[in-house]
Amino acid sequence: MTNRDHHENATALEKSLAGVPTATPATWERVRRSLNDRAEAEGLVDVAFERHDSPLGTILLAATPEGLVRVGLPVEEEDGVLQELASRVSPRVLHAPRDALTATRLQLDEYFNHRRRSFDVPLDWRLAHGFRRDVLRATARIPYGETASYRDVATRAGSPAAVRAAGSALATNPLPILVPCHRVVRTGGALGVYRGGVHAKIQLLELEGAIG
Amino acid sequence: MTNRALSPRSEPLPFERVVELYGPALLRFCATQAGSDRAEDVFQETMLSALRAYDGVREPASVRAWLYSIAARKAIDAHRDRARAPQPIADPEPAAVAADVGFFDAGIWAHVRDLPDKQRQAVTLRFLADLSHGEIAEVMQTSEAAARRNVFEGLNRLRAHVEP
Repeated sequence: MTNRDHHENATALEKSLAGVPTATPATWERVRRSLNDRAEAEGLVDVAFERHDSPLGTILLAATPEGLVRVGLPVEEEDGVLQELASRVSPRVLHAPRDALTATRLQLDEYFNHRRRSFDVPLDWRLAHGFRRDVLRATARIPYGETASYRDVATRAGSPAAVRAAGSALATNPLPILVPCHRVVRTGGALGVYRGGVHAKIQLLELEGAIG
Repeated sequence: MTNRALSPRSEPLPFERVVELYGPALLRFCATQAGSDRAEDVFQETMLSALRAYDGVREPASVRAWLYSIAARKAIDAHRDRARAPQPIADPEPAAVAADVGFFDAGIWAHVRDLPDKQRQAVTLRFLADLSHGEIAEVMQTSEAAARRNVFEGLNRLRAHVEP
């Protein structure tokens, strides 16, 4: 065999080894679902998540075995939320079914259809610590359709002067909607900021009839 | 260590991203190594044992080679089972995968499958998974020189089948 023949054969060989097709999307989807189900059944998933379509847009819901741990609002990048969970909870994050997720999705649908005023799912508070968690627990007690000021929740969390700290606790609420930080507004009626964007805050307060 | 130096704040990839990034190519790898009828089994076993061992201290940059090394081990077992029992009991579920990747059972890939283990792995990792010789060495736990030699010798054997 001459060098030239050898070279042409090498090229033909490498060509026939390259550019192989992959599984079709439908097959890949089925393989993925089977992997997710098996991983969950074998107890290998520390953080299971699902996506849920709502009037605000697609919401990401994540749960540990203890309960719902994170609600990602539509304005948040999914990659960022999943990375936060991998870094702060566990890297064993997988799109998988879980009872707490199913229950939350059902209750969110009821909430957005005016058929539910409070949520009843187990919450995992591990992404909020100390005073921040106290602020969020105080926020969780603000009734549907009502609002409170940042000073109110700071006071209820035990530190009336810590208004700014209360604000940052609410701005980093890992469980928006279920822990209704949208019900906390500025003294004097201005809405204040919202992790999900001010538009979402208005939408939620209008839904609840808290603003006109 | 070099990876750490390149990305000082490397955080663990969520396993979901690992599956999305590397899963499709890994499934093809399993088909070439274990046969299309066993591809999904080997793939699922690989992913489940990876998830079991996924501890988060692993460098994101080395996750891919690590996955292939698990798959290569599992595939060799399946490959040997296959040699012993050439007609596996048909499972209706993996049939779709078999149909999708069935072309691996014919043409050049059928010859790849007949290569000795080391050459088969090296050639597939190089041309199907697009791994560097260094990564192949990591997967196969050999020196980089041995990885090059395995690719080279595998190609030499295959060349016989593409001669005009």
